[in-house]
Order: sequence, then C-alpha cells, then structure tokens
Amino acid sequence: MTENGVLISARDLTRDYAMSGSVVHAIRGVSLDVRAGEYLAIVGPSGCGKSTLLNLLGAIDAPSSGIVMVGGKNITGLSDREATLFRLRTIGFVFQRFYLMPVLTATENVELPMSEAGLEKVARRQRARELLAYVGLAERGRHRPTELSGGEQQRVAIARALANRPALLLADEPTGELDAHTGAEVIGLFDRVNRDGTTLIVVTHDEDLARAARRVVHMRDGVIVDEQHR
Amino acid sequence: MILSLARASLVRHRTRTLLAVIGVAISAAMLLDMVMLASGMRVSFRSLLLSQGFQIRLAPRGTLPFDTDATIPGASSIIARLEARADVLAVSPVLGAQLHVERGGASVSAAALGTLAAVQGDYKVLTGRAPTGDGEAAVNDALLAAVGARIGDTLRVAAGFDPQLRGYTGQRTIRIVGRVHFTYLAAGERALALPLAVLQAMEGPSQADRVSLMMVRLRDGAAVEAARQAIDREIPEVSAISTASAIEQVEQRLSYFRQLAFILGTVSLAVGFLLVTTLVTVSVNERLGEIAVLRAIGVRRIRIVEQILIEGTVIMLGGAVAGLGLGLLTARYLNSILAAFPGLPEAIDFFLFQPRDAWVALGLLAACGILAGVYPAWHGASRPIAGTLREEAVA
Repeated sequence: MTENGVLISARDLTRDYAMSGSVVHAIRGVSLDVRAGEYLAIVGPSGCGKSTLLNLLGAIDAPSSGIVMVGGKNITGLSDREATLFRLRTIGFVFQRFYLMPVLTATENVELPMSEAGLEKVARRQRARELLAYVGLAERGRHRPTELSGGEQQRVAIARALANRPALLLADEPTGELDAHTGAEVIGLFDRVNRDGTTLIVVTHDEDLARAARRVVHMRDGVIVDEQHR
Repeated sequence: MILSLARASLVRHRTRTLLAVIGVAISAAMLLDMVMLASGMRVSFRSLLLSQGFQIRLAPRGTLPFDTDATIPGASSIIARLEARADVLAVSPVLGAQLHVERGGASVSAAALGTLAAVQGDYKVLTGRAPTGDGEAAVNDALLAAVGARIGDTLRVAAGFDPQLRGYTGQRTIRIVGRVHFTYLAAGERALALPLAVLQAMEGPSQADRVSLMMVRLRDGAAVEAARQAIDREIPEVSAISTASAIEQVEQRLSYFRQLAFILGTVSLAVGFLLVTTLVTVSVNERLGEIAVLRAIGVRRIRIVEQILIEGTVIMLGGAVAGLGLGLLTARYLNSILAAFPGLPEAIDFFLFQPRDAWVALGLLAACGILAGVYPAWHGASRPIAGTLREEAVA
C-alpha cells in the first residue's frame, strides 16, 4: 500500500487482441485508483472490457500498454514466476463458474493455495476449517463440489480465495450462476469479507451486487464512462 | 496436494485409465519379450557351451562343430599332441553318425555319438551307466520310446544300408546299459551314445581314426585365447574355436533375431509412448479450465507440469508392472513353440529372463512415461490464463 492509502493504481491501460485478422481494442486507456479496503464494482454491458480490466489488475493478463501498480509494485513487467507468486500472496480470485477442483473435497480445495504457499498440513487444515466455518460451510468440508449446491460451491471458492489472506479479492460475475436467494447470500458474504478488511473488486451485471459496493465504475467500449461513490 | 490431484485425476476416469494401463501393459510385455529375445539366445548358448567345462572346440578346418559331415583325420595323433600340452587337462573326441536301430518290429533312425565315457561332455547319465564295452550303448528317452526298449534290452544297430547287397552295413547287436540326456541335441531327437571305437568301426574304413569334433578342457588359469591360437596354428587339420568365438559366430548367424527384437521393441516402445501421450493430451485438454484456475490462484507452472508428468508416469509404470507378468507368460509360451525349432539344442532358451532385462524395460518405459507427458504438460501449463478462462466461459 502506498502512503496515501492507494492499493491499486492503473494508468493508461490498453489491451488489444488479434482476432480473425483484425485487432480488438478491449481496453482503451483506462486509469483507475483503488484504495485499500475499498469495495468496488465494475459494471457495464457485455464485451465492454470489465473482465479484461479485472484480469489486468489481477496479473493473469498483461496490458498492451500502461502500467498497474499494486501496493506500490509495478506488476506489468513481472515474469511468469513472479506474477504467479504475486497472485498467490496478494490476490484472491472468485470466478463465475466457481472452478473448484472436482476431484478434491471442499476442505482440500480451500487448502490448495495454502499448500502451494508452503503451509504445513496441520496449519492449512485448521485454516481451511476456519474459512469454511466463516463462509457457513463448517459441516460440508468433506463433500466434493458435485455434492454441493451452486451457492455452496461459490462460498467454498470464496473461502479458497481468502486462504492466503490476500490484500485484494477479485470476483468476476460471482453471482452470475446463482439464483436470487443464493446470490444474496454471496453478496452478504462479500460485504462481510470487505468489512473484515479485504479490498474487493467485483465485475458484475447483478444490480444487487453492484448496489452493495461502496463505489461503482461504469465501463463502455473499453473505457470508464462513469463512477459513483456511496 | 499435487500428488492427490494427480491420483484423483487418474481415478476420475477409471475406465480410461484402466484401458490405457492395459494398452501400456501389452506394449511393455512385448518390449520385455524383445529385450529377453535379444539376449536370451546368446546367454543360454554361452551357458550351454560352458556347462560341460570345455573351453575350446576343434572342428575340421574351415567348419563349425557338426556344421558339415566332414571329420578330422588322424584323431589319435592329434589327441596325443593336445594331451602333451601343459595347459590342456582333457580332450574329449566325438564322432557323430546316423544309425538304423531295430528292435522287434520297430525300425527307426537315430543320431549316434561315439565318445570316450571317461571324458565325454555330451550327455548326462540319468539311470544305469555310460557305455564302455564293445556291445554297449546308452540311449535317450526318445529312442527308448520309439523302439519300446528299456535298460538291459538289446538293439540291432547298423551304420548304413547297401542297396546292391540289399542289406545293412556295419551291423551290431548292442545292449542298453544306460538312460541318458544329450546336452546339445534337440528336444525329441532320438539318439544313442556308443564307445568311440565302436562307432568308428561300424562306420567302416572311411571313418577309421576320425572324429567329428574334439572338445578341449584347459587347466585352471590357462589363457583360453592364447591356447586356442596356438592349437589353431600348430594343428592344420582343425579350426580351433573358443566359447567366446563360438558365441560370436552364433551371434553373427542369429543377428536377425536381435534386429527383429530391436525393431519390434522400438515399435512397442513407440506405441506405449504414443498411447500415453494421447491419453495425457486428452486429459490435459479436458482440464484446461482447471489448469488455468490453478495458475490463476498462484499454482506454479512447474507444479502443474509435475502433476501431469506424474499421471503419465503412473500409467506407464502401472502398465509396465502388469506387462512384466504378461511378458513372462508370453515368453514362456513362445519359448515352448520355438524350442521345437529343428536342430536346436533343447537347452537353448530364446527368451531368457534376467532381472537386468526387466530393469531395462522398466527404465525405458518410465523414461517414455515422463517424456510422453512433457509436451502436453508444458502446453497445458503454458496457455494464457485469461484467454483460456474466456474460452472456457464461451464453451
């Protein structure tokens, strides 16, 4: 984090894709600051570049130009190894389709990032149990993803994202596959995660989820066109 | 955790994994058989040659032992010269011939070996004793069965048939004094052993003082190659062949076996390699989304590669272990077929199992299992994370 409390600082980001012989400009000169502890929603029509921006902020994609600073560190020039380590330690990801490992139990899924970070088995098992309890799934740790409902799977995914105590949680359409009731549960959980100190950026079409955020950024055609603070 | 993921990925598609293991097992069995075939004949032939303790064999000049009907003249003089050498412990002369054997109504032909019982290395007495007297013979089971005889019975034997006189030549009546097993004869071949002088006499003046082969046993510590060279140089009637050179000559003649084994072994290895590569590639392509997520949450590329390599190696090794048993069974079966090959000694094994062969086959398969997973593993782990997730979402 920088002195003025800014966790993320993106400047003049562009992201172009070559597609069928032409170039698609997914992001066109986006600049964005996110303060530590913020709860930010990025909204806009499909194809406006929301997810691409999220991927750039999370170092799972690299911009065509511009820079992204996270905690004062430029993450646009990182090697694959450095970017992987950065994601492991600093970022938590939540995806629309949960993407839990189907062959692992809920507890093992939550343990996965901790195992990669080198945490001892006893310690990571203990933390996984705590996280599953935190997301309301204390009794479901032994179940595999196929034995869980969509809402439960997403809560396991959130627990997995929080495993290594990331400074930043990035969620791409986290309620996109959920019904209204389970979507509301996830929204409530995100609110709690943010209140407990984790900076949260969600990309969403879900008005309820966007409404829960303290700041909403509107995108259209690869640029930020509006911003609201609550 | 990576091990758990690898295990779970294999278990997730049990049937596919099982079929792959079976495929690799068949490939491994063939590879093991080919490795065994490549060295089996050489090792068993060497062991056969050394089993009687004779290091040098003397055949008529320019021939291999029993390769032609040629015989060595002046045998007793050569034996005396050999026995006079300080490095020679014993000389065993052998005359080979084909005899007519009659008993009752049965009349068969049989291989006959004329030897000196005290130094012979061609047969082992199973019951009774070796023939030493003028009217004695030792007979193998195949001949006993063919003429319905047993120890103590008498046989009429003849060295040839004269069509002008319409009668047998070199006829004798002999008594069976022993039941023997001939070391160098093919399975099922009818044979009898006679004293050398008896067989020489039966064969007539043309074989007087002649032998087909002499086997020389050297004293402990004697230099085999030096002795072979000296004998070869000093006795112009013979070609001296050491066990090593005999093996070399046999190897030259059987080199097509090794080439065949090498080609088929390579093919089976390639089949196993392609099988595992295909399976791992399919498995990786099915899990591109999962792999991208693992990468997104901070799992290093090398860990993904490790996981996929473990899967390939487990399939290959699982198949290899199963293939070991299968290979031994098929080798035994094939050996029983090839053992009936005409003219080959019964003791020759085409497929001879040696632990080294199993390790070689296992090592090759393990290396292939690892290599087979390298490309799909690296390809899967190196795909762009964001692009892969986007494609997965669209799919």
